Amino acid sequence: MAAAQHFSMRGNETIGAGLCAAFGVLFLIIAGLTDHSGYAFHMVVMALACGLGFYAIVNWAARGETRHEPLEINGRPNYNDGPVRFATIAAMFWGIAGFTVGLVIALQLAFPALNFDLPWTNFGRLRPLHTSAVIFAFGGNVLLGTSFYVVQRTCHARLAGVLSPWFVVLGYNLFIVVAGTGYLLGITQGKEYAEPEWYADLFLTVVWVVYLLVFLATIWRRKEPHIYVANWFYLGFIVTIAVLHLGNNATIPVSLTSPKSYILWSGIQDAMFQWWYGHNAVGFFLTAGFLAIMYYFIPKRAERPVYSYRLSIIHFWALIFLYIWAGPHHLHYTALPDWAQTLGMTFSIMLWMPSWGGMINGLMTLSGAWDKLRTDPVLRMMVVSVAFYGMSTFEGPLMSIKAVNSLSHYTDWTIGHVHSGALGWVGYVSFGAIYCLVPWLWKRERLYSNRLVEWHFWISTIGIVFYISAMWVSGIMQGLMWRAYTSLGFLEYSFVETVAAMHPYYVIRAFGGGLFLLGALLMAYNLWMTVRAVAPRAEAAPTNLQHVPAE
Amino acid sequence: MAQMYHLLASIAQSVGVLYFMGMFLAVVAYALWPRNRETFDRAASIPLKDE
Repeated sequence: MAAAQHFSMRGNETIGAGLCAAFGVLFLIIAGLTDHSGYAFHMVVMALACGLGFYAIVNWAARGETRHEPLEINGRPNYNDGPVRFATIAAMFWGIAGFTVGLVIALQLAFPALNFDLPWTNFGRLRPLHTSAVIFAFGGNVLLGTSFYVVQRTCHARLAGVLSPWFVVLGYNLFIVVAGTGYLLGITQGKEYAEPEWYADLFLTVVWVVYLLVFLATIWRRKEPHIYVANWFYLGFIVTIAVLHLGNNATIPVSLTSPKSYILWSGIQDAMFQWWYGHNAVGFFLTAGFLAIMYYFIPKRAERPVYSYRLSIIHFWALIFLYIWAGPHHLHYTALPDWAQTLGMTFSIMLWMPSWGGMINGLMTLSGAWDKLRTDPVLRMMVVSVAFYGMSTFEGPLMSIKAVNSLSHYTDWTIGHVHSGALGWVGYVSFGAIYCLVPWLWKRERLYSNRLVEWHFWISTIGIVFYISAMWVSGIMQGLMWRAYTSLGFLEYSFVETVAAMHPYYVIRAFGGGLFLLGALLMAYNLWMTVRAVAPRAEAAPTNLQHVPAE
Repeated sequence: MAQMYHLLASIAQSVGVLYFMGMFLAVVAYALWPRNRETFDRAASIPLKDE
């Protein structure tokens, strides 16, 4: 009972345990009062999480003085990698879940019987489950994990806080569970990428503010005088997401016992807020955050310095100043004033410059190490992701031009564009980062099998090509069919004819998505074997040549 | 309402443009300033220095 003798709770632990207890009771009371079963379920889940949080904090305090981790050991920073490991595992789990749901809804579009005529499994509920699972659950955990890893390494300092980093990763994943189960139960704000209702939004706000504070406090205690560019990109991502989240979720709940809320903005202002939010979720969540990954992991893996650090500074400031104005291109030919539409289009086209500047910077970092593309499939994955970044940031401005948008808007072309960015850019740079991180975090010499990474790379790449080319064809066909007139001025095709015409492309798309999922399953197996420390497979050269110096 | 709109629009079209151009030039000057060269050359290798 030595630990019990030293039992004493520090101030922050007392506050943490007290908040857990107080909110746990509040959630239970709400669960008892509400007549909405889905909301009651969420309150019980959150009360359980509070209970577990209380238990974990008290247990932690009971460890006595042994819970003090030194900031440095022998003059070297004592990095805190526990939360990074958790986020990495969570990312892989949510990734496979999200890709699977994506495959299911792709098949539902091709074969509607797969809706099963059940409310919980219909397309309208599963689709936000897919988008949130891949963007916020998979992508979000990748960003949390890599940001905590990168900020420590580039600042040469231990992560700030003891309980806070754990609160951030666990709290964020609790938000994901509440949001995702909410969609299945029919709890939604009905705003794309901002579906979670007010109580989930409030909780996420708290998590996000703590995230920002942990990140800033770690930078504050840095030993490296210069703040590395990846940290600038992470900060831009964290701060902007906070602002967007607050602006687009300025809602008033009907009551404490109801999951329903109403937004302050009305009509076109609400639409503008939504797409200011929606496009910057792309710009700052899916771009700035993952560019931070690019600026750390590509130089690290290629063992080359950043091609042009000066370009990276201009890249960062130009990107964040331009992106925030591009949202109105989602509302071309709507009630939004024309000048605002033109403004959105103009800024989208200007975005070409920083996007391609960044792409060039990422690709050229390999100068002097191009040979590694042949031997290191992980580096190849990240480089191909940057190529996809260049491709989708070329396509995006093109589609934001009003004349092009009049053809592409509301068609599958948009879906194809989004997936070349999401699968190609975000997916591959994340896979690359996770393949790097797992051996580093679990102190393994290398991955279990490089050949499996090769298989993953090729299977997924073929999958992406199937996916996006099917969507290009079906999207442009759909757009052309919608605007086709007969010689008498009647629409040539009924809507259902356009739907029937897309069937073969939907099947091809589902096939491509299935390949992408298969690749991710190979990855999960490979990582599992790496962590289990099964002796790396004896493979014919070239396998692990990352220690060969670059010429 | 219309007056407010014209006020905001004229600010955006004059001060706003100058502000953005000024910010951009400041960033470019900071990035290309000769005295910063050494800092940035060193910073480009920060990822290679850990552990």
